Amino acid sequence: MTLHSAFPAAPLLSVSGLTKRYGARIGCADVGFDLYPGEVLGIVGESGSGKSTLLACLAGHQVPDEGRILYDGRDLRALPETERRRLSRTDWAFVHQNPRDGLRMGVSAGGNVGERLMAVGARHYGQIRGKAADWLGRVEIAADRIDDRPSAFSGGMQQRLQIARNLVTGPRLVFMDEPTGGLDVSVQARLLDLLRGLVRDLGLSVIIVTHDLAVVRLLADRLMVMKSGRVVEQGLTDQVLDDPQHAYTQLLVSSVLQV
Amino acid sequence: MSGLSPALAAVDPIAQGDHRAKQGAQLQPQQPDHRPQDHDHDGGQQGGGGQVDLAQRGTTGQGAGVSDYNFAYLDEQTKRMIRRALLKALAVPGYQVPFASREMPMPYGWGTGGVQVTAACLVPEDRLKVIDQGADDTTNAVSIRKFFQRTAGVAVTEHTEEATLIQTRHRIPEQPLQAGQILVYQVPIPEPLRFLEPRETETRKMHELEEYGLMHVKLYEDIARHGQIATAYAYPVRVEGRYVMDPSPIPKFDNPKLSGNPAIQLFGAGREQRIYALPPHSRVVSLDFDDHPFEPSKAAQDCDLCGAAHSYLDEVITDDAGGRMFVCSDTDFCAGRQAAGHLGRLGTAQISSKKFAKSFEGFCAEPEVPA
Repeated sequence: MTLHSAFPAAPLLSVSGLTKRYGARIGCADVGFDLYPGEVLGIVGESGSGKSTLLACLAGHQVPDEGRILYDGRDLRALPETERRRLSRTDWAFVHQNPRDGLRMGVSAGGNVGERLMAVGARHYGQIRGKAADWLGRVEIAADRIDDRPSAFSGGMQQRLQIARNLVTGPRLVFMDEPTGGLDVSVQARLLDLLRGLVRDLGLSVIIVTHDLAVVRLLADRLMVMKSGRVVEQGLTDQVLDDPQHAYTQLLVSSVLQV
Repeated sequence: MSGLSPALAAVDPIAQGDHRAKQGAQLQPQQPDHRPQDHDHDGGQQGGGGQVDLAQRGTTGQGAGVSDYNFAYLDEQTKRMIRRALLKALAVPGYQVPFASREMPMPYGWGTGGVQVTAACLVPEDRLKVIDQGADDTTNAVSIRKFFQRTAGVAVTEHTEEATLIQTRHRIPEQPLQAGQILVYQVPIPEPLRFLEPRETETRKMHELEEYGLMHVKLYEDIARHGQIATAYAYPVRVEGRYVMDPSPIPKFDNPKLSGNPAIQLFGAGREQRIYALPPHSRVVSLDFDDHPFEPSKAAQDCDLCGAAHSYLDEVITDDAGGRMFVCSDTDFCAGRQAAGHLGRLGTAQISSKKFAKSFEGFCAEPEVPA
């Protein structure tokens, strides 16, 4: 796989001055960071802090008002839509919080996984099905469920199916919007375990948005804390969580319930 | 008869109102005997120059010039608008051109799109054939044919090779079409991606960016569920390597006839307000997988009336004890073969539906029957 480009020192995604306004209000303002190949960046913050807006801007679902996004040295805002959509089908993946947003509920599990393959030109049924079966195995879905529709799956299975569907084309950059939200803790733990394994094995770069500090502690290398649309603190995950500097980060860390 | 002068034929067909440029038309339809032989349609129709048989046109007491102006039901501005859409559709094969579909005197779903396209294409010299599921004698076909007999006074025929314009629902005639003929399809849903992606804004974007992976997801689902591509009609095709197109609900048996066809193929969707087209000799490929290639399918029988082995068949239940027969869905093709002496399994015992209908001819028309 061509996960690590010739210059691993160059950032895969470089963001500066990113601003998105909703009329007079700000969605996110003046956000900047670099994401290196194989790195996992966590974004935490309370509801309404601009996490999802930021992610949507990065993934091309929304158009930012200001700022620059360089992906692999190319300016995303200047890229024609054809190219951007091709990137989002091949190089990128987006895991939604609600698997129903990311899956085709009327299409079988195999078809869901195969869609991205067919979108990039796969036209051999046997190979598509083989690859779909392989990926279902990797996300621990039994092979005999390949022709079942996602509506017949449990929430955890749907989320795992969504992950398989996104990773099948071997993306380099994965956006995750609260991938464990809405799942009970034991299922969450297994999903996190799976994600950690996949991220490490495939060397993925990941931007993961969550309000669950345990998730970032487990997955993220670096952490960005957002409040009211702005980044208030960023650094290595353990550093930020163990020695929070900003008042809001301190509040966030101390708010976590200890069992 | 009044053939088009070469000079006239070279004039912009849109600007020329009633006239369609007919270069390359190999078929010159015969004028029926009762029609005036000295039609003069070039130029000054407004002055009442056209010696139009009003009774044939079925118009209500207007002057000849006015009836010429309203030839074939639609007003000239509407026909002009539809012709513009048709030209654009022919220029971009497979692309769905929006047009301002009019209310027609029939419900949506009965062929309002096809009728508008036919009306916009008809010229007085045309000979019209209308088929519905292959048959010339079903309600829809009879009504639309009568409609144009009344509103345009054009000659009609049931023979594919005699027709210059054929409006069809659900079939392409078995008899190969020729250069100069026009085939007009009635289309219920022009968007092939409709049931895969409900948002029209998104499907348009997908056409624009050639994102047709989803179409194969549908075929994948077919194979996963049924072991083969079970889509039997409205089978999606790719036109000239660019647009994916819904060929209207023709059986996939007819799909190969779309490609390389010397006739002009026009598709009209009235309710959905879309027109698309295949110019002559377009390359049309049915979508498939490498290991599950496209197969045009038909019932594995011969026609029971005419014995044809390679025509599309309808299954007809004949009794309550499981009796059935297979007959050509193209009635003109079947009748032609029977007239030429071909007989199928039941060919001698049964008569065709067309013959049966013909046997009543004149029966109802007589106002009084001698006691």
